[in-house]
Amino acid sequence: MNFSPGQAVRARLHGAPGHTRLPGYVRGRPGIVHALRGDFPFPDEGARYGRAEPQALYSVRFAARDLWGSGDHDVYLDLFESYLNEVSA
Amino acid sequence: MTHDHQPTAPMARRVAAFERLLEERGALEPGQVDDVEDVFCRRMGARNGARYVARAWVDADFRARLLDDATAVVRAEGYDLRGSTNAELPFLELVAVANTEEVHNLVVCTLCSCYPVPLLGPSPRWYKSFAYRSRAVREPRAVLAEFGVDLGPDVRIRVWDSTADCRYLVVPRRPAGTGGLGEDELAALVGRDALIGAGVVAAPL
Repeated sequence: MNFSPGQAVRARLHGAPGHTRLPGYVRGRPGIVHALRGDFPFPDEGARYGRAEPQALYSVRFAARDLWGSGDHDVYLDLFESYLNEVSA
Repeated sequence: MTHDHQPTAPMARRVAAFERLLEERGALEPGQVDDVEDVFCRRMGARNGARYVARAWVDADFRARLLDDATAVVRAEGYDLRGSTNAELPFLELVAVANTEEVHNLVVCTLCSCYPVPLLGPSPRWYKSFAYRSRAVREPRAVLAEFGVDLGPDVRIRVWDSTADCRYLVVPRRPAGTGGLGEDELAALVGRDALIGAGVVAAPL
């Protein structure tokens, strides 16, 4: 699956067991893809097997209100494709 | 427990002796530690990031290239914009974000302490603190106020959490009244905190 800038996504609730770079505070939260950063070694896999296949990395924008229930700022995270689910319109 | 073997030599002499032994046994090349120290203390540092900002202030084409693909700029021009050999320094995947009248950017790494070291030097202690890492994404306006950055209510805050391979450099706003200054003079105004977004650049007195 590939995501495009402007697309609505939701961060997954559960990361891989063990090491992950999916922060707890965005899990299950809706966001909008801001940009494609490129392909980078997937760290969850690297931590487990000592090597990792490259995977698409996206900059994703989350509204503070969707993260914390209040606030008027935006938080951008770089999230691997495996961390994201599509949101149907 | 005895205290017969308490070290008496000052730390610097003990480290020098240890370094010499490692060199004698081939674990280190002569001068290798000095080179690493030189990289961290002199070749990497906020003066590099400040040069990027000053160039972006005076050169609209450079600013556009930097905001479009900062990694390409780093690869082409070096961390110091003066042809430093990037091969000797850690590679940086870089994204530059510009402050404007409407938008203020702030950088954090909530998971650890990711930071664009070649452009900013070793990170300050507060950047690695639990308080900063947890509060920057939750209440950035309050955090910024504690840094002395009071933004108008209409200024939108973007917080960049360095969760993966990209590092972030904030291009602060150019202070008013600096039209007559050259690139080097402008760079001298730009401090580390402004490059993280935790500060702004003040006009010279």
